[in-house]
Amino acid sequence: MPLTQQLTVAIIDSNPALGSGDCIKKDDPPDSRVSTVTPATISLFKDVGAWQYVQQHRHAYFDRMQVWDYTGLGYTRYNAREADKEVLGCVVENKVLHRSLLSCIQNSDFQKTIYPSRLTSMSFSSSSSTIGVGGTSSRTTPYTHGNLAKLELSDGSSLYAKLVVGADGSKSRVRELAGFKTTGWNYSQNAVICTVEHTEENQCAWQRFLPAGPIALLPMGDKFSNIVWTMNPKESSDCKSMSEDDFVKAINHALDYGYGPHPHSRLFGGDIFSWLGADVTSSANECFEVPPKVVKLVSGRMAFPLSLMHANSYASKHVVLIGDAAHTVHPLAGQGVNLGFGDAFSLSRVIAEGIAVGSDIGEVSLLKKYEADRKPANIAMMAVLDGFQKAYSVDFGPLNVLRAAAFHGAHFISPLKKNIISFASGEHKLPLFS
Amino acid sequence: MASKLLNHLRALYTTNNHSPSHRLSNPKLIFHLPRSFLSVSQSLLHARPYSDAPEPIPTGPPLPEKPPTNGGTTSYKKNVSRASNFSSSLNEAELSKFSAIAETWWDAEGPFKPLHLMNPTRLAFIRSTLCRHFRKDPHCARPFEGLRIVDVGCGGGILSEPLARMGAIVMGIDAVEKNIKIARLHADLDPVTSAIEYHCTTAEKLVEEQREFDAVIALEVIEHVADPAEFCKSLAALTVTSGATVISTINRSVRSYATAIIAAEYLLHWLPKGTHQWSSFLIPEELVLILQRASVTVQEMAGFEYNPLTGRWTLSDNVSVNFIAFGTKNHQ
Repeated sequence: MPLTQQLTVAIIDSNPALGSGDCIKKDDPPDSRVSTVTPATISLFKDVGAWQYVQQHRHAYFDRMQVWDYTGLGYTRYNAREADKEVLGCVVENKVLHRSLLSCIQNSDFQKTIYPSRLTSMSFSSSSSTIGVGGTSSRTTPYTHGNLAKLELSDGSSLYAKLVVGADGSKSRVRELAGFKTTGWNYSQNAVICTVEHTEENQCAWQRFLPAGPIALLPMGDKFSNIVWTMNPKESSDCKSMSEDDFVKAINHALDYGYGPHPHSRLFGGDIFSWLGADVTSSANECFEVPPKVVKLVSGRMAFPLSLMHANSYASKHVVLIGDAAHTVHPLAGQGVNLGFGDAFSLSRVIAEGIAVGSDIGEVSLLKKYEADRKPANIAMMAVLDGFQKAYSVDFGPLNVLRAAAFHGAHFISPLKKNIISFASGEHKLPLFS
Repeated sequence: MASKLLNHLRALYTTNNHSPSHRLSNPKLIFHLPRSFLSVSQSLLHARPYSDAPEPIPTGPPLPEKPPTNGGTTSYKKNVSRASNFSSSLNEAELSKFSAIAETWWDAEGPFKPLHLMNPTRLAFIRSTLCRHFRKDPHCARPFEGLRIVDVGCGGGILSEPLARMGAIVMGIDAVEKNIKIARLHADLDPVTSAIEYHCTTAEKLVEEQREFDAVIALEVIEHVADPAEFCKSLAALTVTSGATVISTINRSVRSYATAIIAAEYLLHWLPKGTHQWSSFLIPEELVLILQRASVTVQEMAGFEYNPLTGRWTLSDNVSVNFIAFGTKNHQ
């Protein structure tokens, strides 16, 4: 992007991985933290030239997904072909994403500096207060740092910036220092995350809704899979403290007969939906499958509390928030990271548009364009995921049947299914309103 | 009325377009004006003369039949009586109006909010027309590198600063001293914009000093001057031969009365009441005509449209309210 090429960029990140030039070796143990990137994110990575680095490391595309629940009343299988796509997504270890983006910026020729430090304070000398009519009209006022944000770092250095992009996660220091207010709640759920090994390669994404929350098994390549298991905090501490063997048993139990029976393919049957005149999708004939057995735990177990948080505003003078700093969502569909990359690319587009017309890139009126672009998309996704979470937080007979009917609807009604896949792929369109 | 006029214009345009080189290349955005436009607009003005406004124009004299002889210092508003250093087309009452709100120039939520909102759109037009005219690369961050541009009526510098960031060598002039002070202080906050030269002066003064620029830009100024024809002549005199002159203003239409005055000043309070005198607005044909008389041929014109839902301005071919014209100085 030639318009933004002349910008000088400072990256402030105390993550030691940024400083070390270590490459990821093929036989390194897999990371316990992974991201499921959608086709939309993949194409953005390709646009900036970062995807080629991802491809040099372990990554796993998947084109099938099975979602079912513990009541045994319904299941849905998604296939990328139904939405005319090649893949539903790609699971990439976070360290691979980091390394790829880092390689990408290291090999591009814009001016950048990495500060392996933390932000301690941020101040703005308001330009309106320094402007008074009593001042001199001639050019006696030297250039001051008046129209810049001043950042002080933990290593004692300080820098000035026209624009500070808060991409520092859900506990964003930038957000706190700039005084952005947030809205949100905790789910009183924890996600237990780890990487496991199978006897053969897993090529499908699996998600089963259990009474306490969903468990997902995501293919990572090389016979590895990642587990994201949502449960209440008590269970999560039990899971972390139990022996590895017991934990592997618990996973296999949760992905198979635990908490309830397998769904029967024809309990509701395609017949119910065929009278709706809907096309019965090709994957509707695919039978329920049991996910591959986990044989071994290959990483540590990590537990995170889950919460929903949304910043009331993403932009103020000299500051914008992107990614988890602006919004955190329930991880049940792996959408958080994709919303974040969506933010980053939207912001870069808005900055380029501003540079084209000579705008100051720290101007609120410019930054608000980014906010206007991303807020509706982020809120829509947050609402969908929150609705899912709420729909599964109640174990009540009639509601279970309703959920199962929704599953069948999603399984058998082709246009709806196609829209669900498109939405989850990062095309900004709500599933029901095509 | 305005849209009818525009349609009328377009109809005339298509029937009178003898020259194939002036094709309507991008009818959605910008319409190019044929050489024959002048005669067309004259005949149009004949049918609906300049003085045929609902209210007589108090500030400007009727368009002179031939240019005044001692170019630039003759016809001014009668009540310019206060000791003014500037013998110019300035309107004193307008000056004091702006002086009162000068300090709020850079408050994006203040009295100049509409200008801040409109600014990127105005600059997009300037960028595309000047890049094409001066054969500059529109895909680089500083396409105006090396171009000398004067921003006439620069106010607090909200146009001068982006022009400087786009690489131009900018001079900003304004008759209100307070504006120049604000502009200077603000530009000094950024090393890129601190190179802007600001002067409290008028276009006429610069003409006397025999200054010349590659591009002369006067946005939302002509509706505030006492004598638009004189003002245009000064702008033309500041433009080098084959250079560019860009003017934006508000049309004198029913729609502009409703939006620029009733809505913007009285309902939305975007602008202080009395910011604009509807009767001193020019219709596009009048602007084209007075520029032609000043030997500037208008090449492209576009309208600005405000979308109240998104709060953004876009370029359109609807010139019924705000419009902008790009012209080139003829060889003499």
